Amino acid sequence: MSSRLTTTLHALQTQGKKAMGIFLTSGFPHPSVTNLLLDAVDRGGTDFIELGMPHSDPLAEGVPIQHSSTCALQAGVTMQDTLNAVIAFRKHSDTPLLLMGYINPILRFGVEEFCRQAADAGVDGFIIPDLPPLESAPLRAHAQEKGLDLVFLVAPNTPAERMKEIDRISNGFVYCVSITGLTGTGITERMEAINTYLKHARQLITSNPLLVGFGIQTRKDAQRLSKHTDGFIVGSAVIKQIEQLWARPDLSLTERGRLLTQFVHSLK
Amino acid sequence: MNLNYNAPDENGRFGPYGGAFVPEVLIPELRAVQAAFEQFWPDAEFQNQYLHLLKTYVGRPTALTFAERLSEELGAGRIFLKREDLCHTGAHKINNTIGQILLARRMGKTRIIAETGAGQHGVATATVAARFGLQCVVYMGAEDMKRQALNVARMQLLGAEVRPATSGSQTLKDATNEAIRDWVSNPSDTFYIIGSVVGPHPYPMMVRTFHQVIGEEVQLQVKDKTGKNFPDVLIACVGGGSNAIGMFYPFINHPEVKMFGVEAAGEGLDEQHAATLSKGSMGVLHGAMSYLLQDHEGQISLAHSISAGLDYPGVGPEHSWLMDLGRVTYLAETDEAALRGVILLSKTEGIIPALETAHAIAALEKIVPKVASDSVIVVNCSGRGDKDMQTIMDHL
Ligand SMILES: Cc1ncc(COP(=O)(O)O)c(C=O)c1O
Repeated sequence: MSSRLTTTLHALQTQGKKAMGIFLTSGFPHPSVTNLLLDAVDRGGTDFIELGMPHSDPLAEGVPIQHSSTCALQAGVTMQDTLNAVIAFRKHSDTPLLLMGYINPILRFGVEEFCRQAADAGVDGFIIPDLPPLESAPLRAHAQEKGLDLVFLVAPNTPAERMKEIDRISNGFVYCVSITGLTGTGITERMEAINTYLKHARQLITSNPLLVGFGIQTRKDAQRLSKHTDGFIVGSAVIKQIEQLWARPDLSLTERGRLLTQFVHSLK
Repeated sequence: MNLNYNAPDENGRFGPYGGAFVPEVLIPELRAVQAAFEQFWPDAEFQNQYLHLLKTYVGRPTALTFAERLSEELGAGRIFLKREDLCHTGAHKINNTIGQILLARRMGKTRIIAETGAGQHGVATATVAARFGLQCVVYMGAEDMKRQALNVARMQLLGAEVRPATSGSQTLKDATNEAIRDWVSNPSDTFYIIGSVVGPHPYPMMVRTFHQVIGEEVQLQVKDKTGKNFPDVLIACVGGGSNAIGMFYPFINHPEVKMFGVEAAGEGLDEQHAATLSKGSMGVLHGAMSYLLQDHEGQISLAHSISAGLDYPGVGPEHSWLMDLGRVTYLAETDEAALRGVILLSKTEGIIPALETAHAIAALEKIVPKVASDSVIVVNCSGRGDKDMQTIMDHL
């Protein structure tokens, strides 16, 4: 059976359209607005959502997402809050939603229990940046049992053979990290090198859709980088946008949500 | 009983611990480091260069000093001190940085990064980077930069750039995050010299190998001084666990040698502490599965110790495995006990130990009554206390 994510991505492929994924940090800027933000990006036309589960030590993140995680944890967000947000979201939306996070909070929750609750909540899959294939067996087994996709990542320095292997074990799509770097790193000067690498990756990754992320800030970035991919993911730029909107006391919650919807809309 | 201990396996697993939980960017880099280590470590020329530097630059072999008055004071058999404090730069840390920088050079790397807590590993890294003319960036928690200002000045004098880690608790944990993030961003030209037996495979195995010279020397020196083939008891402090594993490892398959690792109990085990093995639980930090201090949500807790080098919420995966196997006994000593340890060793032997080392000294009071009265006890005197004088004076 094809997952909701796979169905969505294949439908877009067939129509010749690029997929857009939008990242949000659960609980940022406050746990009380997670669902407002999920709805806002959903209305902005995102094809799927990547909801970040904050961690105290997020190794692959640049400053914006690090900061959002720290704020969310200080505001008291829990893993259960994140699952509850998905439950509430699923009451009115079918947009595919992946949880992004680091492995330790999942281990603490219990891998099997986490997969069970995530599936029940309506989560479609996971992206775990500090869980390379060799360490992934327990999560893969339980995710598979619950029909959850486990998305693996490749980077510009990933050898060809390994890209193929990652394509074999990945479900949903393969996440192509645009640069050897952190989320939110500037990519404007490196467009050409990135496109050469994406073209190379496209030739090796054939069983999954290929999506590119890290450093995409604008529609122009997105268009330039999706030439050789099936779509793109925007994270830090969204987080920065939220930070700016929440720094403006003149805006009501509804207005902030509306402006975020507009921002997301502007990306595709 | 023969343990036939041969961890780690080819995936860097010490039982359920270890492994490599890192972003994909680092996988090819870790493989390259491992391949270089496996190629060059057995290489005669590499060995010659490493041993030559240990001898002429570090000052090895370090002495094994009979602590006569300390033994008397504690009513113990014979306590010996393995004098890693006499290594160039004042702690054992340089055994490892020499090994790693030689590897970095063989790999053609031009830029060195490191994390540091007390600043001892940072100084040892800045020192070898200067010796070989490589660019060096050391990440250090902003809080630790204040506590260990002298070591910051030393690193700067040695030509290293010290970058403050301002995230989280602003201590060793956060400095390590920043160093890993730097490596993720600069994989091609940069070699990350990790300062303890922590981090992803192959680091715990590699750092152990570069420190096992400590235990190898102890074995020869004990034979020479006592006529015994093996010491009876080994004691070392445990932050990440490098000075401890360096001394323990050559004796692991000899169960007659009792081993004690001493963690930092900070203000007490029910208060703020850094006693990862005594009080922690299993999880992933800095790329390895091990015991760690965490809350019920799996977020890493803040550690506390008076000694910056032990102020870390994780521990090397091999120590977690050795504890589970029952091969090493782990104890914890408080800040207060460590300060008493500093005074005890200073007054009885004329040796001012580092605050880290003082935890091992303090544990003698608990260990001595439990072992045979004629035991040969070796304490790893992992570092000298000069760097801690300000902290010591503030507390006495
Ligand atoms: C003198 C000394 N001993 C011990 C340690 C703790 O490290 P490890 O447990 O890796 O030996 C440090 C760390 O900075 C140190 O400086």
